[in-house]
Parts: sequence; C-alpha cells; structure tokens
Amino acid sequence: MSIDLINQVITGLLTGLVYSLLALGLSVIFGVVRVVNFAHGEMTALAMYGAWALATYLDLDPLVGMPLIAVVMFVCGYGLQRGLVDSFVSKPEHMQFILMVTLAIIMVNASLLAFGPDAHGIQVSYGFDTYEIGPLLIDKVRLLSAAAALTISLLLMGFFRLTLMGKAIRACADNLVGARVIGLDVKRLYAVTFGIGTACVGAAGALLSLLIDVMPATGPELTLLSFIIVIVGGLGSMTGALLGGMLIGVSEVLAGYFLMPSMKSMFSFAILILVLVLRPQGLLGARR
Amino acid sequence: MSERQLNRRGFIAAGAVALSLGGTVGPARAATPLKVGLLLPLSGSLAREGQSCKRAADVTPALLAELGMPVQLMIADTETNIDTARTRAEKLIAEGAQVLIGAFESAQTLAVAQVCEQRGVPLIINIAAAPNITEQGFKTVFRNFPTAPRLVGEGLSLMKDLFKETGVTPSKAVFMNNNDTFGTAMAGAVGKIFPTLDMPFPIVETISYDGAARDLAVEVGKAKATGADLLILVAHGEDSIKIIREMVKQRFEPKAVVSPGSPGMYEVQFYKTLGKYADYSMTNLPWINPKSKMSQALLAAFAKAYPDALFEMNVGYTFEAVLIAADAAKRAGSTDPKALLDVLPSTNITDHVMIGGAIAFDAKGQNNNTRSATIQNYGGKPRVVLPVEAAEAKPVFPAPGWQQRG
Repeated sequence: MSIDLINQVITGLLTGLVYSLLALGLSVIFGVVRVVNFAHGEMTALAMYGAWALATYLDLDPLVGMPLIAVVMFVCGYGLQRGLVDSFVSKPEHMQFILMVTLAIIMVNASLLAFGPDAHGIQVSYGFDTYEIGPLLIDKVRLLSAAAALTISLLLMGFFRLTLMGKAIRACADNLVGARVIGLDVKRLYAVTFGIGTACVGAAGALLSLLIDVMPATGPELTLLSFIIVIVGGLGSMTGALLGGMLIGVSEVLAGYFLMPSMKSMFSFAILILVLVLRPQGLLGARR
Repeated sequence: MSERQLNRRGFIAAGAVALSLGGTVGPARAATPLKVGLLLPLSGSLAREGQSCKRAADVTPALLAELGMPVQLMIADTETNIDTARTRAEKLIAEGAQVLIGAFESAQTLAVAQVCEQRGVPLIINIAAAPNITEQGFKTVFRNFPTAPRLVGEGLSLMKDLFKETGVTPSKAVFMNNNDTFGTAMAGAVGKIFPTLDMPFPIVETISYDGAARDLAVEVGKAKATGADLLILVAHGEDSIKIIREMVKQRFEPKAVVSPGSPGMYEVQFYKTLGKYADYSMTNLPWINPKSKMSQALLAAFAKAYPDALFEMNVGYTFEAVLIAADAAKRAGSTDPKALLDVLPSTNITDHVMIGGAIAFDAKGQNNNTRSATIQNYGGKPRVVLPVEAAEAKPVFPAPGWQQRG
C-alpha cells in the first residue's frame, strides 16, 4: 500500500469519526423514542451556522464553542420533544414522517432567509496545518475534530451504560411497558433522549464546520449521510453508528482513489444496498 | 481628498477615451438615448456572474454619455433559465428595446438569438462561448466573445508562452475538472485540442470530480500521486478553494496551478479564504487590458461605485457590448433596429477595454480579434502577466512552495 493511499485512508477514517458522532444522534433518538428524525441534517446545518456565527462575530474557535452549541441544541431538542414531537410518538409513522420533514423544510428555508444561498466557511489559524509523522501527513483539523468526536461518542456510550439515567433510558427503549410499570417518567426520559440526540448533532455540527462549508443545501445532504451510516451500522446501535461512520468515511476515500472521485457518493449507496440485501438489520443491529 | 483625485482622474481618462475614439467631445449632441435591453442571470445558479455583469451595466451609461453616446438600459433577469430568457427577450422588445445584449450563458443566449432573429432586432452577445450560436446563419447576432474551442486553445497556448518567457517547462501535468456542464465541456475541449498543440508535456491523468462533494481530499491525493509538476484546473469558486486548501495540507506543490479559462481562482472569495495561498495561481482567459485608457476610465467609475467588487472579465465584456451598440447608433445616426443592423457588420472599434485587437465582426457575426491573457494572483488580486505588451508584472513560475510564502 503506497504512502499516498495510507494518508488518504487515515483522512477517511478521521472524517468518518466525525460522521459517526453525527449519526449517533440519529441512532439514539430512533433507538429510544422510535421517531425517525428526518430533520437531522438540517439541525446539523443550524449547528454549523451557530459555529460559524460564533467564529465570525465572537472569534470563538468551533472546538471551544462546541460545548455551548451542544447545550443550546440540547435545550432546543428537549423543548421540541416536549412541545411537539411527544404528541406524535404514539401516532402512525407517516404522521411522524410528515412532521419531521415539515420541520426540515422550515429549517432549510429559514437558513436560506437568514444566511443566503452562499457557502459559509470558518477559517482557523491552524486550518492549513498538518502533522508530519515520518512519511505520513495528518491533517490537524481532521485529527482534532476526530479526537473530539471519538471522546464525545465514548462518553455518550459510558453515560448510557454506567449512569442511572442512562440505564433508565435504555429501559424505556427495551421495554416501554415495563419502564412505565416501575414508575419511570417516560415523557421526561424521551425528552432527555431527544435532547441528547440533538446535542450530538450540535457537537457534530461544530466539528463539521471545521471540515466543510455550510449552506442551506448542506442539511438534506447530511440527513442522507446520517441515514446511510445508521442503516449500515444498524438502526438503534451506538457502536454500529460508530462503525458505520468510519466505514463510509474510508470507503468514500477508497472509491475515489481506485475508481473515479465523482463516484464517491455512489459507492456509499452501493454499500447501503449491499447491507440492506445481505444484512437488513445492519452490521451491528439486532434482528427484530 | 482621494475621492476628488479619483474623480479628476476618471474625468481626464474619459476625455482621453473620447478623443481616442475619434469622437468630438465638445458640445455633445442631444441625441435620443438608444434603448438597450440587457438580459442577465441575476438570480439562479449563475447569479454571482450575472450580478458582476450588472455592476458593469450600472456604471456604463454615464461613461458613454460623456462620450456623446447616450444609452438607456432596460435590465431583465433571465433567472438562469432558458424559457425565462426567451420570454424576457420578447418582453424587452415589446417595451421598446432597440437592441438586446446578453445573456451570459450559451443556451439562454441561443434562445434569445432566435427571438431577435424573428423580430429583426440586433443581439450583441456579451458572454457565451458555444460555437453553434454564430454557426446558424443568424443575421442579427453579433458576438464579442471567443468561442469555447478558441478559449481553450488560447488557454493552452498561453502556457507555452509562459514556459518560453520563464525558461522553465514542467515535465508532466494532471488535469482536474469539475464534472458540471461547463467543466465537462472544457474537459472535452482540452482532450480534443491538447494533442493538436504540440504541448511540451503530457497530461498523465484526468481527474473529474463532483464540485458539490463535501471535501476534495482524495481527489487532491490522487493528483499528488501522479507526480505531476503542473496542475491544470477547471473549477468554480468553491471547489477551487477546497482544492488549494487540500493541496496545502497534503503538501502537493506543483510548479503552478493553471486554469485554461475557468472562473474561480481570480474571484474575491478565493483571495479572502486562502490569503497567501491564493497567490501565484494562474488563469488564462480574456481579460481587461490594464493599459487601455478606456479601461482605466471604466475602472475609475467602477471602483467608485463598487469599491469591494472585482474588476474582471464579466465587467469588461458587458461594458464592451453596450459600447458596440452605442457606437452603432452613433454611426447610423439612428436608433432604429434596422439602421443598427446595417452598420453593425462594419464595426471597427480600436480603443476598447479588453485585451485583443479591434472589435470587428466576420460574416457570421463573430469577433475573431479577442485574445486571452494570463493573469496571476499576487497580493490578493489578479495581475496580467501575459501577453507581454499588456503585462503589469512578470510571471512567477515556478511558484514558491506553500511553506515558503511569507
């Protein structure tokens, strides 16, 4: 394997880790609340605009501003679940679909009105830096973003496995009736879960703003990407989302390198179709 | 103080232009203004370019009025849509436009040309490169812009001039193009024309990429892996930024990045985003002659109206299109479309703003005297480095490495 290719695989892996965090939010919400968030990418785009605004007007590095964006997104997600989504949880899936798609359309058009159609990118002082390790060149921005994304993903997994609230949320996901019988406040736990999912979106958006420019069309594109990752990894599986993100990140690089760069996205869809045919529950998803 | 100086310079330059045009500045005749319908993509995917043309249109009437060539512009938005372009052309003619100008993009221009041919109204093309526009036997179409093959041919030939001027020749090149309509057409033209030009280097690989891709790291990695020491790039604004950014990160340092005639690397956003890394990139395309008196007058007016906007090709060609119409009206002594059509074939404007020979049209209505230039970025703006007679500076080739830039 040539050094150029190894460099590209590392790039894909690092980018994939940020994608993983993005998809994790979708997986958490679906895994517990059982609502498919079709506005996931649009929420990410809003977080990216937030990171851009903080960087432009307050000179705040997205890595520093990320916790603030995550907290704001948590509050928004919590409020959205309690105020709107909750009343749709028990309704037919097509009604949930229409609700979330409507929200997505509103978000795209609101960002178009507020920020215009042009791309907004963030310039950081280390934006062009690379770490040189022997013959390897590792992009500093990607490395920092990936490290942050991996840390948040692991913390989130720890939260669901080790904390009382995390266990209560998992109980709601595993057995809703049982959770109600033992007196868990399901509505509040759903809202917290939705908030955690959108906080992931906020953090991922802040990190992504370092890697790609944001424009209104970015939202739907990221929604699609998140769905591909989550379906490949396994719906509702957190480790599946992590694996799916890295797999898509690396596969795009390999497709671009060995085939045609313009076929990168097509290759992701090919993997998606392959997984749906051979293992419909996803690589790490449980068969239902 | 500086504003007063600018005004005075602008006035002097305009006066000089008037003299050079052979006109009598003296007491200008109170001529009837020529009604010029200007069709531009002011919204839609080509809005940025359309707005750039419109900025030229905004400052043109005042300049031409000083030269005794009054024009009244009627500006219409084609919305980057062929059908809209056609209906807006009909509407402009119905509202009294005596000559149409437009329409920046070939397909829209062709639709407008058909309307003009039916209605007997002259169409002066500011920008549109498809060769077939002037190959269909239209009697009312006049194009002051090079055809796509000529654009690409000159874009590649200028590279040879660059190597000759600097005494350095690259050993091999990699060609990268955006896979949109424009990029694909340019790639096709390069593939066809390159072998006929006896270029001193081979193109070892062509990398076509999706301009809307989230990032272009693998594309740049693939280009680097070819070992090419020249990157020929056909990109737009956003993707050219992504490519240079990745080149810096991946330490891909060819002798130069040269575009054979695409936008992107001379645009304001390119400089703003990339800073010092925007320097030394080159684009071969028709450009404003910095040494022409008329372009200096236009620049003065343009800089006053739009201090932050780029004074570039779209501005120059849109101004020249209006100039051609106004010159025809002046020579015809009439604003009647038929009278304009009678004199337009004998157009011969020697002093104008773009680099190249006199503006004149062949039997098909094509100006074959246009000429491309090499512009090279330096200090956050483009400078003409070739041809030598129009150059503002000497070309820097090979470009300094990314880490060697202060």
